[in-house]
Amino acid sequence: MTGMGEVKLNDLYQEVILDHNRRPRNFRKPEGATHYSHGRNPLCGDDYHLYLKVDGSGKIESVGFEGSGCAISKSSASMMTSFIEGKPVKDAEALKNQFLRFLTRDPVSEDTRAAVGRLKIFEGVRQFPVRVKCATLIWHALEDALADAGRKKGQVSTEGEGK
Amino acid sequence: MTKTETAAADVLDIDRIRRDFPMLSSVMNGHGLVYLDNAATTQKPSAVIDRMAAFLRHEYATIHRGVYTFSQLSTAECDTVREKCRRFLNAGRASEIIFVRGATEAVNLVAAGFGRKFLKKGDEILISQIEHHSNIVPWQRLCEEKGLTLKIIPVNDRGEIILEEFQKLLGARTYLVSIGHVSNALGTVNPIREMTRLAHHAGAWVLVDGAQGAPHFRVDVREIDCDFYCFSGHKIYGPTGIGVLYAKAKHLDAMDPYQTGGDMIESVTFEKTTYAKPPAKFEAGTPAIAEIIGLGAALDYLGKLDWEAVTAHERELLTHATEKLSAIPGLKIIGTAAEKASLVSFSLEGIHPHDIGTVLDQEGIAIRAGHHCAQPTMKRFGVPATARASFAFYNTKEEIDKLARGVKKVLEIFK
Repeated sequence: MTGMGEVKLNDLYQEVILDHNRRPRNFRKPEGATHYSHGRNPLCGDDYHLYLKVDGSGKIESVGFEGSGCAISKSSASMMTSFIEGKPVKDAEALKNQFLRFLTRDPVSEDTRAAVGRLKIFEGVRQFPVRVKCATLIWHALEDALADAGRKKGQVSTEGEGK
Repeated sequence: MTKTETAAADVLDIDRIRRDFPMLSSVMNGHGLVYLDNAATTQKPSAVIDRMAAFLRHEYATIHRGVYTFSQLSTAECDTVREKCRRFLNAGRASEIIFVRGATEAVNLVAAGFGRKFLKKGDEILISQIEHHSNIVPWQRLCEEKGLTLKIIPVNDRGEIILEEFQKLLGARTYLVSIGHVSNALGTVNPIREMTRLAHHAGAWVLVDGAQGAPHFRVDVREIDCDFYCFSGHKIYGPTGIGVLYAKAKHLDAMDPYQTGGDMIESVTFEKTTYAKPPAKFEAGTPAIAEIIGLGAALDYLGKLDWEAVTAHERELLTHATEKLSAIPGLKIIGTAAEKASLVSFSLEGIHPHDIGTVLDQEGIAIRAGHHCAQPTMKRFGVPATARASFAFYNTKEEIDKLARGVKKVLEIFK
């Protein structure tokens, strides 16, 4: 039948991704959030609010998001929240760096591949360059939410990002 | 097949027409290209491609400046295209045709040359709720700069301008009404003749943004009686980087130039510059010469088509697409005006337009997914974005059937 296209689509829309799209985890505004950012892709209309509650020891006590967008952006947000909840901020930041590398570097190093763990299911996105920003949007929002007061924008957009 | 369609197909000979457009035989992701993004830009016939190539190879020279033969020939060619544009819009004089980069630049030109000069604090500009950003933002900027008020003409749930509301908004302070001929996001054909009449009656001037109108309809600016009309070359099968602003001579005489520089002056001293007469007054710098030539070739191509047949065929495509798509469960057509150009904007319950676009892309089908540079339109209909299939006379019912099958495949993936 369609061959290549079919394979690429199956790689992109993996069952786990579709499941997180259908039933996003942590799709809510947590109580007592301490960190926030608003991530938007103005050209596609992906639009998410990300909330984090970080405790005194630097641990992400709870995390949630609200908003709307495509299956890739929503499942990426959902999976990110499940991955970073309960983790120290510095671990979340390290994972963010590895995940952004995983989607935008060519080739991807074995270290990066190992570091992203189950987030590897987003590998199919690499075959769709215009969709990379869908998968990275929430991670850029995370970066902004956790940034020092001086560098914080409160709002991020991945438009104009390379790829 | 209905009788009308058979007749139209006979006259148009779609197979032959498709062979005129080399891109239509391209392959995308292993499938023959189904190009349904014509409202964004149209494919080019060989007549345009070959004419531009021949001009660049054998005839190219600057215009207006050279005393040598090739420059004179080039100048004459561009003048001929200006005359073709006059005929295309049925304007009174060729000097009412200004070459611009596209409809966006045309609106900006009117905002700067006309708006900035004549509108005063407290004056009002009316636009509709379903305009493209290019017919919103220039006016917003002008309003900020001059203390003007931008008023929005509402549309009903079908996406049609509510004429009674328009009449209520027209008042003593209304200076300009700027309205799209056809909505790029919904396909609505606005009642521009009636709106122009009403606006003039209220003492307001009228700009019609014809970027989506000129590709589908025979435009007669004297019959519409609008003060300004503009279109983009690349949406009427010509090249990018060239478009036309039509303006009534009296406005062009009174307006300020948009950009200044070479070619638009009569004389320059360090004390004072006097401007050339229109159209030169509005065409500073060396224009897009090869693109003007290409636009001329596109108009020649369109001139050979039977427009009654084109209109009938495009209407058939719209009807067929509307029927096929609305039969799909969970699919909602956004924009259901009684008068529509051949495009269908739609959403699928629970599925983002970008995911629709990606799946269709893998089937070789090119559609637009997004807000179509019309965010207020999206807001009016409560959607962040839509998927949009927009048709040209070279499209076929078979292509629409492929689109419908592609959409069903989207549903299978996201079930």
